Amino acid sequence: MEKDRKDNNGQGKKGISRRGFIQLVGAGALATTVGDVGKPLPAAAAQVAEKGEMVRVSLQVNGRRHRFKIEPRWSLLDVLREKLGLTGPKQGCGRGECGACTVLIDGQPRYACLTLALEAEGKAVTTVEGLLKGDELGPVQKAFWDNDAMQCGYCTPGQIMAAEGLLRVNPNPSIEEIRRGMSGNLCRCGSYAHIFKAVEQAAKRRRTV
Amino acid sequence: MSMPNFTYVRPKSLKETLPHLSAGNARIHAGGTDLLGCLREGVLAAEKVVSISRLDELKGIERLKDGSCRIGALATITELTNHALIRESYPALAQAALEVASPQLRNQGTLGGNLCQKPRCWYYRGEFHCTRKGGTRCFAMAGENQYHCVFGGMGCYIVHPSDIAPALVAYGASVEIAGAGGTKKIPVDKLFVLPSQAITKETILEPGEVLTAVLLPPAEQGVRSSYRKVRARGSWDFALAGLALALRFREGKVAYARIVLSGAAPVPWRCLDSEKAITGQTLDDEIIARAAAAAMKDARPMRQNEYKIELFKGLIAEDLAAYKKS
Repeated sequence: MEKDRKDNNGQGKKGISRRGFIQLVGAGALATTVGDVGKPLPAAAAQVAEKGEMVRVSLQVNGRRHRFKIEPRWSLLDVLREKLGLTGPKQGCGRGECGACTVLIDGQPRYACLTLALEAEGKAVTTVEGLLKGDELGPVQKAFWDNDAMQCGYCTPGQIMAAEGLLRVNPNPSIEEIRRGMSGNLCRCGSYAHIFKAVEQAAKRRRTV
Repeated sequence: MSMPNFTYVRPKSLKETLPHLSAGNARIHAGGTDLLGCLREGVLAAEKVVSISRLDELKGIERLKDGSCRIGALATITELTNHALIRESYPALAQAALEVASPQLRNQGTLGGNLCQKPRCWYYRGEFHCTRKGGTRCFAMAGENQYHCVFGGMGCYIVHPSDIAPALVAYGASVEIAGAGGTKKIPVDKLFVLPSQAITKETILEPGEVLTAVLLPPAEQGVRSSYRKVRARGSWDFALAGLALALRFREGKVAYARIVLSGAAPVPWRCLDSEKAITGQTLDDEIIARAAAAAMKDARPMRQNEYKIELFKGLIAEDLAAYKKS
């Protein structure tokens, strides 16, 4: 990370004078560049990130704001894992079928592999790491642990985030609603019965906490 | 496969968006669920990705003064499933929305994106340079075609992948399309094109145009509607067969009917002959059987999808029977 930061700073300085990293194209105006992404963008201005260019992005992840330089094509999953070292969200299918990359975006479960990191700007991102209460597991994590709801564990962070998202909108789901709510996450070990039990128990615990 | 390079533009107004769309090989990013998959897997190329995700003018679901309903193209599928107005006045749409993909994809995917999504044919999605990609062969014709169409194929045998589109056709909805020349409104069934009209396109949208909203006519008194989806597995999947119905009864007889299929053709498929068979009639077993048979009269199954004929007949018969009972 330290090395990254140096590189970023070096590039950032060069970037401002050379070609700009976020261009603001006003209505009918010529492109201008701005050096401070902290500044609010003027209304009616498109953000433009050129092909292959490193652009600055500020993301709110697990309650903390982080700034990086990224390529526009990078997914949120790439950035969480490679830039932030949050390896809870996993790369599985890379096509929105398996759910291993599930995170919450503004409280809703979504696939981080099918979300451009730039699209998560201005939104609150929560990964499985963000469910910890200090060193303690959160209620959904605890329920997965207690119900032995995993074998290899690769899909587990995604399963937990899907369950967390489900319980936030439906604190008392029926078993059918649990099955539906968890239908965007595959488990190749086939731990579904235990996963559904864990979600049921997590719902109960959340209601009594 | 890794994501190819592209220029990313995120405009803040529709006016500012349109010029970007007419530039060479620009692709629209709404929710991104289909686009990013297609780019990563090389199904599509994009010089420029134009994200419309921050266009507030394309958001929201509202009832207009005349009783009609306007849904911004950026409404997510989840919003459609939850919105009281949709659930009460357009239940087939709410039901269809709930049948779309998985919770994660419904949270991210949009109404506009659902209507403009690319087909799921495995040859098209795979590395095959098929007719839809500008090639000279449809690999499904002689290949694996159990999930392909039984109507409307010609040189390409995809089925339209949307669950929502048939529900919208059943309601006689329209779509609003913005382009350099202004905004136009067209019936939703005119949005989709058959391979015989344009084999590499799924919609009439031209470069430089974007679908901005769906307009539903006022919910008519007494119209009952539903959407049912049959799929190969219990968890999320695309439709093997789907049926959107909108019926109005007068004095025990069918006064108005729309019967629209998904999983049948490269576009949402209206069964005009079945609609005719039940209109003005009391829904009894004989009429229902006649309507189911009429729906499949002109079907042209492929080597592996003949099962769809009986599947659709059964689906239509069962669902019409459910309307008869209540």
